[in-house]
Parts: sequence; structure tokens; C-alpha cells
Amino acid sequence: MYNLIGAGLIVIGAGIGLGQIGGKAMEGIARQPEATGKIQTAMIIIAALLEGLAFGALFLGK
Amino acid sequence: MMQVSNTIKTLLQLLILCFSLQSFALSDSEKEGTVTTKAEVDAYIQHHIKDAHDFHLFSYTSNGERKHVGFPLPVIVWSSNGLTTFMSSAFHHDDDGKVVVERNGSSFVKLHSKIYELNAGASQVEFDETHHATNAHKVLDFSITKSVMGILLVGLFMLMVFSSLARQYANKKVPTGFGRVLEPLVIYVRDEIALPNIGEKKYRKFTGYLLTVFFFIWILNLLGLTPFGFNVTGQLAVTAALAIFTLIIYTVSGNKDYWMHMLWMPGVPVLIRPVLAIIELAGAFIIKPFSLLVRLFANISAGHIVVMSLIAIMFTLKDSLGVVGATGLSLVLSFFITLIEVLVAFLQAYIFTMLSALFIGMAVAEHDHEHEHDSHGHELQDAEDVRGDFI
Repeated sequence: MYNLIGAGLIVIGAGIGLGQIGGKAMEGIARQPEATGKIQTAMIIIAALLEGLAFGALFLGK
Repeated sequence: MMQVSNTIKTLLQLLILCFSLQSFALSDSEKEGTVTTKAEVDAYIQHHIKDAHDFHLFSYTSNGERKHVGFPLPVIVWSSNGLTTFMSSAFHHDDDGKVVVERNGSSFVKLHSKIYELNAGASQVEFDETHHATNAHKVLDFSITKSVMGILLVGLFMLMVFSSLARQYANKKVPTGFGRVLEPLVIYVRDEIALPNIGEKKYRKFTGYLLTVFFFIWILNLLGLTPFGFNVTGQLAVTAALAIFTLIIYTVSGNKDYWMHMLWMPGVPVLIRPVLAIIELAGAFIIKPFSLLVRLFANISAGHIVVMSLIAIMFTLKDSLGVVGATGLSLVLSFFITLIEVLVAFLQAYIFTMLSALFIGMAVAEHDHEHEHDSHGHELQDAEDVRGDFI
């Protein structure tokens, strides 16, 4: 029961985080379209790190 | 009536065969009595996620007898009587320890895709109330399992394809045939992953590893989407081995600055340095490899579970939506999720390679030793020192 609530919280947190990353990256790209490539790379790395954390927490909580 | 429902079942199974063989062996629940469709789907997905000792393509029931189609793989175990080898077909697709195989003076049973050796004198496996075997023990298992088979196939494939690509460069400048597909990918990994993350001086030394790991993960991920039921990159052992390779490479090739920044961080108060050292050590030896291995494992396993659950919709929602409705829904959903999985297959290979390159780059980065000093003579942190703390 509690691990299900924990899993839900993890997903909510990861969702907020991914939204922030994606939103800010889009803002950045809109302001400086010439830096699109660099912003995308950084975005994917940060998203991957966040995802790793979220999956790690889900995996440990299972 | 029975005939009609059997015909529908056969048609349904044919449809899945066209779409994906993965959904096979979701056998009819009515005949087995107490087992519900949901439980069966669950068991089948669990079975697929795990490694297996044989290729099980599909099964069907004819004349009240369960038939299995697939092919066996060799079992190589180190038992109490030494090395023992036999084909997994000796178990006759049994997975509950019912079939006892006697070889080389020992008796073996297969329980939940694991080989157990019966203790001396025992003729049949006995279970306690939690369904653990009481009179059998695990053996050292070196079998060519489904995953090992996948790794060997992909290794052989990569060896053939890339050595022929390399040979083509010896004769002429432009590759032909399949090499034309591979060349842009190789250059992409070199110029977009290795070069920017490791730096111009050192990147050539590590490009080989990064290319190998990229293509290995990518091809295995794609192989997992084929109907043969491979789930190699969804095995913890495989992803852990890959993560340990990266760990060894960045630990061995780490230069003086890397160890200095890890153990005795310059530019911070002395009292904080031991604390930072603990965090940095945990980061380098536990968190980085763990995040690499769990990310790949969880993404691929989750992808497989989602695809198979969506395929299973046609069985679980058959009663409420009707055969056509459930099949249509399942077909549309699983088709699009499979397309996403093709993207995920590339993305996970890219991310694993990218993060490996980043970690290696952090270990071999050369710091400028003429740090700027502020008016009190303390060192100012440069950008790379700060970056190291975050990752």
C-alpha cells in the first residue's frame, strides 16, 4: 500500500521535473534558436539523470 | 459452439502472429479452470521478462494436448559431480520441477527458468508452503540461455558488419552497401558524443568503447522488439556488466586532477573536504554506475511490459468490448507504443553512450592549474569544478 503511494509520489515528482526541464529548454530555444543543438543535448542529459533517479526510486520501492 | 469459439481463438492467434509473436502462449483460460485470463497474462509477461533456457515461440492445444513450438538451447551446469551438459529439450518445457533429468549421476529440475540439482537420494522436488524447493539447490549455471544467445548473435553480427566496413576503407574512401547506413552513425557517435564530452586530445582512445557500447545496446534493444522474445537489455546482469565496464574505464583512466577533486577538493574549506570526498566517492562508485544500469534496465523492461500488456488487452477486454473492439483497440494502442519503443531503443543507447562519455570526460579532463585567485588569495572555482559536483 505505502509503496504504491510512494511510487505515485515519485512519478508526480519526476513529472514536475521533466515538465520544468522541457519547458525551460523550449524557452531557451525560443530565445536563442541558434543554440538549439546544445540546449537539446543538455536537456536530454538532465532528463536522463532525472529519469535514472525516478526509476531507481521506483525500483527500490517495488 | 465450442467449434466456433475455437475458430475465433485460432483466428485471433493468427492475427497476433502477424502482429507480434510475443503475445503467444496466452492460452485459453477456460480449459484450465481456476486460472483467470488476467493471472495468465501476468504470468506470461513475468515469464517473458525473465531469461529462459529455451526459445519458446508459441504453444497451442491440439486434441487436448499442449504443444510448444520453439527450439532448445544447451544447458551447461557445474553440479556436485562436475561439469554436466545436456539440451534443455530434456525438460520438455516443464518449468515447475515436475520433469527430473538425470545426467552424470545427478538429477536436475527446472523451476521458474532456473536449474536446480536435487539433493542426493531425492527423486522428486518438494516444496514448502512458499513454493520454495526444500530438497534441491541451485547449481553454477553457465548455460547458453536466451540472453546469452542474443549477445552472441549480436556480437557475431557486429563483428561481421564492422570488420567488413573497416575493410572497405582500406580499398576506397566511400563504403558500399550496408556500410553506408553505418557510417553516418559511427560519425555521429564520434563527433556528437565522444568529441564534445571527452575533449579533442583524448577522445580517440575511448571512441572504440563508446561505439561498441552504442551499437551493442541499440541492436539488442531493436532485437527486443522483434517477435523472438529477446529481452537482453532488460536483464539486470547485462546492464550491470555494461555499467561496470564504464566504471572500470573511467576509474582506470582518471588522472591526478580527477582523484584530487574526488578525495581532497581544492577551493573549499578544509572542514568540508572530507564530507565532499564521501559524496564524491559514493557518486563515482555507486550512484553513477547504478543510474546507468537501472535506467537501461527499467526503460527496456517497462517498454516490454507496456507492449505486452497492450497486446493482452484483446484477451482481457474480450468480454466487455467484443472480439473486434478489443482486438482493434489493442492493435492501435500496441502499434503506436511499438513505434515509441523504436525511438526509446535509440534514445537509451544514445543516453548510455552519452553518459559514459560524460563520465569518462570528467575523469580525463585537464584542469587549468593557474586558477584565478581572489583578493584574499583563495582559489576561485572554475566551471568544471562546479559541474563535477552536480552530476
